[in-house]
Amino acid sequence: MSMQRLHPRSASQAREILIGVVIAALILAALSATPLLPWHLLDPIRAYFYERPLLNNLAKAVLLVSFMAVQCLFLIWMERKFAGWLQARLGPMHVGWKGVLQTFADAIKLLLKEDIIPALADKPMFRLAPYLVFVPAMLTLMVLPFSPNLVGFDYHLGALFALSISTTGALGILAAGWGANNKYSVLGGMRAVAQLLSYEIPMILIVLCVVTLKNTMSLTQIVERQAGLWNIVAHPLLMIPGALIFFSCALAEVYRAPFDLPEAESELVSGFHTEYSGMRFAIFYIAEFANNVFTAGFAAILFFGGWHGPVLPPIAWFTLKTLLLIFLMMWVRWTLPRLRIDQMMSFCWKLLVPASLILFCLTALSVVW
Amino acid sequence: MGIVEKPLTQEEVDSWRVPVPGGAALLAPLDRLAQWARKNSLWSLTFGLSCCAIEMMATAAPRYDLDRFGMFFRATPRQADVMIVAGWVSVKMAPFIKQLYDQMPEPKYVIAMGGCASAGGPYRDSITIVKGVDRFIPVDVYVYGCPPRPENLINGILKLQEKIKRERALTRRGQPLPAREPIVIEG
Repeated sequence: MSMQRLHPRSASQAREILIGVVIAALILAALSATPLLPWHLLDPIRAYFYERPLLNNLAKAVLLVSFMAVQCLFLIWMERKFAGWLQARLGPMHVGWKGVLQTFADAIKLLLKEDIIPALADKPMFRLAPYLVFVPAMLTLMVLPFSPNLVGFDYHLGALFALSISTTGALGILAAGWGANNKYSVLGGMRAVAQLLSYEIPMILIVLCVVTLKNTMSLTQIVERQAGLWNIVAHPLLMIPGALIFFSCALAEVYRAPFDLPEAESELVSGFHTEYSGMRFAIFYIAEFANNVFTAGFAAILFFGGWHGPVLPPIAWFTLKTLLLIFLMMWVRWTLPRLRIDQMMSFCWKLLVPASLILFCLTALSVVW
Repeated sequence: MGIVEKPLTQEEVDSWRVPVPGGAALLAPLDRLAQWARKNSLWSLTFGLSCCAIEMMATAAPRYDLDRFGMFFRATPRQADVMIVAGWVSVKMAPFIKQLYDQMPEPKYVIAMGGCASAGGPYRDSITIVKGVDRFIPVDVYVYGCPPRPENLINGILKLQEKIKRERALTRRGQPLPAREPIVIEG
């Protein structure tokens, strides 16, 4: 009896779960049927773009950015619903079916809001900062292989490129903090840079482990060399701790709780974007979610075999893995409280850096023997 | 160099405006879309003054859940749309409320929650309490109660949404905005 009271599962809830499962199954079925579609009809268009490299690259860029914007809208809605369920709430319900249009309303509203630039701000820097955060976030997606054929740019130093570009986003955050001429913003910007620089070191060491094991830096090649077994299955003793370290570093890199200190509400109002209103704030938000997608995709490529998987087409597998990892990030975010800045720094320098160094030495030894 | 810019009169502005045939029909759907977005995404300021703030928190908490209407609390006034003045306003606090209101970007709305924020409440005779927050900032909705129950605050928010839905932002450009009519919610 008491168990029943603790877990109230009414008939309507059961029906909703059933509807969700049916919808997911239908989407997966539709995705697995995509190779059967008459794709050869698109060949003339493909040939037209293939002959014109500039137009081809432009089309790729437009596709990537618009895909990211739509995915951000979906992910924000998913995060709000998930947060609601974790806290025994419903989440957005009244805008569209189950609140699916909620983020569209938010986006339109942010577009129409007044754009305030504080009188004493460093105006050029204040205006430039959102783009300095947005552009690296989009550039990292360029080398991410969504499927064997769907890569923005198949760079042979993909891993190095992705890591170095994603780090430059911190410059934009520091510019935002400094340019706003607000003490909370400056503190947020400084924290962001300190956090990013410390957590970058164990993350790079773990990526180096994978690069040493697979003997390549190209992300496409890393995935192709996991064809039989995923990294995490093939080298469990090295890659399971590696994936855990990478995941905690990834949480810190994208400034999500428990490491969301640059925008800690209880200490710094909103951190580096305290003074940003309207669309400039929305650009920061989209960049944050693009970074999320990138780190989740990067983790899927390094440890979980990228696009490899049975039955479903490659793009479906990659999207599924990325979404599951993002879901895990949200789960961690809405479960754990925020750390203090000194706890966070000591966690990185006293635990993660030595652990990842030892792991790297072990990986090197295992490759040599 | 001796050029003095005179402020334009309403007649001069009107004489330059050329009516485009079908312009209103073109703008009206956009206008409706804009107001739909504004009404469904009212982010409110994390801002509580006294006992009404407890009821405001209860409204956002699981049982009543403001996130159903797309409302959640933003800590910075730059990203907030609606300010819920929850509690009595002391004379010392008033300048800060005014400053926070000025820091919010347009379009912005104010809900005066409870008797104290609406008219001074039981402290109306005190020299240290402002007799209603509408003495220094425009109020859109007054919510009755001491403190109002969460249901009543939600009622006030729904009334504010209806009001935003009736407003026209784009098609009235160039004309002075109509004076805001406050709404009073009775308990």
